[in-house]
Amino acid sequence: MSLLDNSRILGRSGASTEGTSLAQRLHVDVPLLIGLLLLSGLGLVVLYSASGQDMDVIMREALRLALAFSVMLVVAQVTPDTIENWSPWLFALGLILLLAVLVLGDIGKGAQRWLDLGLFRFQPSEIMKLAVPMMIAWYLADSTLPPNRLRVLAAIAFILVPTLLIAKQPDLGTALLVGSAGAFVLLFAGIRWRVVIAGLVLLAASAPLAWHFMHDYQRQRVLTFLNPENDPLGAGYHIIQSTIAIGSGGLFGKGWLNGTQSHLDFLPERKTDFIFAVFSEEFGFLGVMLLLTLYLFVIGRGLYIATQAQDTYSRLVAGSITLTFFVYVFVNIGMVSGLLPVVGLPLPLVSYGGTSMVTLMAGFGILMSIHTHRKLLAT
Amino acid sequence: MARQKHTALKDHLRELMLFQRRTIAAVALTIILSVVLIGRMVYLQIINHAHYTTLSHNNRVNIVPIAPTRGLIYDRNGVLLAENVPSYSLEIVPERVPNLAQTLKGLRKLIDISDDDIDRFKKMVKRTRRFEGVPLRFRLTDKEVARFAVNRYRFPGVDIEASLTRHYPLGRLAAHVVGYVGRINEEELRKVDASNYSGTSHIGKVGVERSYESVLHGEVGYQQVETNAQGRVLRVLERTPPTPGKNLYLNIDIKMQAIAERAFGDNDGSLVAIDPKTGAVLALVSMPSYDPNVFVNGLDAKTYKKLSTSPDRPLFNRAIRGQYPPGSTSKPFTALAGLELGVIKPTDEIFCPGYYQIEGEDRKYRDWKKWGHGHVDLHKAIVQSCDVYFYELAQNLGIDRLHDYLYRFGFGRKTGIDLQGELPGLMPSRAWKRRTQHLPWFPGETLITGIGQGFELATPLQLANITATLADQGHRMQPHVVYAEQNPDSNAMQVIPPHLLGTIAKVRQSDWDNVIHDMHDVVHSIHGTARRISHNLKYTIAGKTGTAQVFGMKQDEEYVEEDIAKKLRDHALFIGFAPVKDPKIAVAVIVEHGGGGGSVAAPIARQVMDYYLLKSPEANHVATGQQPNSGTQRGQH
Repeated sequence: MSLLDNSRILGRSGASTEGTSLAQRLHVDVPLLIGLLLLSGLGLVVLYSASGQDMDVIMREALRLALAFSVMLVVAQVTPDTIENWSPWLFALGLILLLAVLVLGDIGKGAQRWLDLGLFRFQPSEIMKLAVPMMIAWYLADSTLPPNRLRVLAAIAFILVPTLLIAKQPDLGTALLVGSAGAFVLLFAGIRWRVVIAGLVLLAASAPLAWHFMHDYQRQRVLTFLNPENDPLGAGYHIIQSTIAIGSGGLFGKGWLNGTQSHLDFLPERKTDFIFAVFSEEFGFLGVMLLLTLYLFVIGRGLYIATQAQDTYSRLVAGSITLTFFVYVFVNIGMVSGLLPVVGLPLPLVSYGGTSMVTLMAGFGILMSIHTHRKLLAT
Repeated sequence: MARQKHTALKDHLRELMLFQRRTIAAVALTIILSVVLIGRMVYLQIINHAHYTTLSHNNRVNIVPIAPTRGLIYDRNGVLLAENVPSYSLEIVPERVPNLAQTLKGLRKLIDISDDDIDRFKKMVKRTRRFEGVPLRFRLTDKEVARFAVNRYRFPGVDIEASLTRHYPLGRLAAHVVGYVGRINEEELRKVDASNYSGTSHIGKVGVERSYESVLHGEVGYQQVETNAQGRVLRVLERTPPTPGKNLYLNIDIKMQAIAERAFGDNDGSLVAIDPKTGAVLALVSMPSYDPNVFVNGLDAKTYKKLSTSPDRPLFNRAIRGQYPPGSTSKPFTALAGLELGVIKPTDEIFCPGYYQIEGEDRKYRDWKKWGHGHVDLHKAIVQSCDVYFYELAQNLGIDRLHDYLYRFGFGRKTGIDLQGELPGLMPSRAWKRRTQHLPWFPGETLITGIGQGFELATPLQLANITATLADQGHRMQPHVVYAEQNPDSNAMQVIPPHLLGTIAKVRQSDWDNVIHDMHDVVHSIHGTARRISHNLKYTIAGKTGTAQVFGMKQDEEYVEEDIAKKLRDHALFIGFAPVKDPKIAVAVIVEHGGGGGSVAAPIARQVMDYYLLKSPEANHVATGQQPNSGTQRGQH
């Protein structure tokens, strides 16, 4: 597996000769765009079924997708250097907003996540999904990799502060994403595996401590995950119903619009976090394989872009954004299929709504920017 | 923000190699985790597909029982006594209600729901399973149904349940015969086949409704329905119709029952009329009665308390559970015992000075006629109800022979009527007293047993059946309230055949004739204790009056009816059958605290017989000239 194309490093890139193509001028990476569009299209198809064939929902989702893709395009126009330079400022802004939410945030869904900016309500933790990996990458790219011990400790501090602030809101899903986005940068930066393993062990060891700080509903989710049959009509209901939906889909699925679990109201949150259950009930194992292939294609393309990036910062950010995208997919599918406890994470590009989609696409915008602003290196 | 880039090319390459290795690790991690996900999908969608398909199917398909339609109850002439009327009730499935208190509050704004309803509902919620519907309000009006239907979406777990409710169009008339249904309780559910009752909310509690529960109920049906997660039925997939319960035709003639109940006026008491040849129960009265309709859907505590604590005890079925001393109505049977066992001959005479004394005892056993009847043979003893004659006869028979003989007629044993809760009465004997009271039998107790007092107890039903046995000269038929069962689909009638309990053998025809003739004269002779009812009589009646002492008097006390509070007055009894030659009806009447059997109880029997034998409306007025309680006679007559 050769991710490193020596010819490009040497400046004989074939792509560079097509500098005038439309995609190049728009700073769009065509394979990535196609992958994302296919996923979004598939998402709309499932959503049509999950929403009970509600065209209003489809229109709203399409509009939201259009907005998210626009954001992606806009971000793609910004050069990686500019993005790199913004990194600490964006991080600082995000931190201030998080503190603001802590102090004067709206109470929404029993959690302090939103900040009302008059025109629209805004979730500062979303910024951190990008700001944290950007910040860590910016910080680590300043010196030779792998980072020394001091820098690793500082980076961990940069990760932990926003992560804990978000976890306190409480928004475990986002905290998980922010934390892992930061950790992925460290991973790509080359910290020793010993440290990685030690960190994981430490994380596992702190689980009882985390339990102590958890809210009741979070504890309930963990307990339910460990034994859903415990409370089949209460907290375990979601998981039992979604596994029934997935399992009853079989190899070929029940067919589009024919999922009995979803259409007879057995599935909770079926438009949003649990839409994967609808998908796998109606399209079966083969459908799931197609969906996973699309996701893995996007992830593969993202990692490819990372390897092709020309500077340390770009590589680290691209790698982290891509892996974070995979975390979305893995955690969501794992949760819906009963492998993981219920964490409120959407299935990217398929689940209905959520501000997370804009952040997600902004991230892909960064990837596109990185890939399309490459300069020819002179030897 | 400008930063200094001080990365040497060598460093750059080294970093690149490092990054590449880490990317490979990331790809590996991604692949491993993806394989985990795929493995999970294989496990769920392929390996366990069948299992989850079943679960998913069970999820949406519910088996819903369909309650069978309860059989109707008619009288012998096809008059409807118990029917099913459609009604709408508001049902709540507690499990599906997110916030019960709030739901109840919201519902009360829409529909009139009393505090009693709420109390009963809350009690029932504790008793029933969480996923079963519990009714909150019964008999919703059309307006209420409409108002709820519009707002239904606001109340998950609440629904209108259309059902058939039992209704008794005649109300309190014959309530003790027909009985009523009420909501099934846990104990009853344990006794029946629970699956057959899975759709049934009500069960027969008393009366025919209870004793014929299995016939009236029918067989449950099922339908497979598709439901959503809230349990709302979306469509029916398959249906197995229920088998409706059978209709019942009673032997009761409801018009006669009405005449009998009216004849009691304000008095409490009981009347049972039986066809001596078949055992068919033509009328079964227990007064006062009650309205069975209030029990059908549960009654509030106040109404129940009023009914259960009323001194009249309206819920008490006197006809089968009221045990009274038979008094002088037992004399004809004692006489038969004497005749058959050769203790007396019809022509034997005794002298009645107004009292009887056992040799060597001071105590005087008084006759109801203070100055005595003088010379008395059997005919006079029965016609005028001479106590002294029967004291002596009883003493000569002895308690054991008396017990054995009367027991054969049915004293002290259940008749086996097709109603539940019948009591056996009591025919005392030496063995019985030793067993229950650990006391020896005293000779005086034999004497008073001879006139149907003391320990001896009989229910009105028993007396009627014993009278019927006498009328049919020894054939003991089992009394039957239900005449036939009718299949509601084919209308085919299945008549319940008369059941012979036994025959009183070895009684000489002349003995039957003698006793029956004497009883004839009780009504038709000028000295007969029931002579009043012979006025304008178009057929013949053989009867016997009786009085049951409610409280004992001291030796020298005088019973003056007017001086005694009504609840301490004697019960008035009458037994009789008609026509004498070819008996078609046998009747026993007890009027509690009525005083005289001949003056109070016998006229009620006459009204019933008039209706039954003449069926002409005028006949019903003939015997109603007297007011009950107007009698002035006293004692054992």
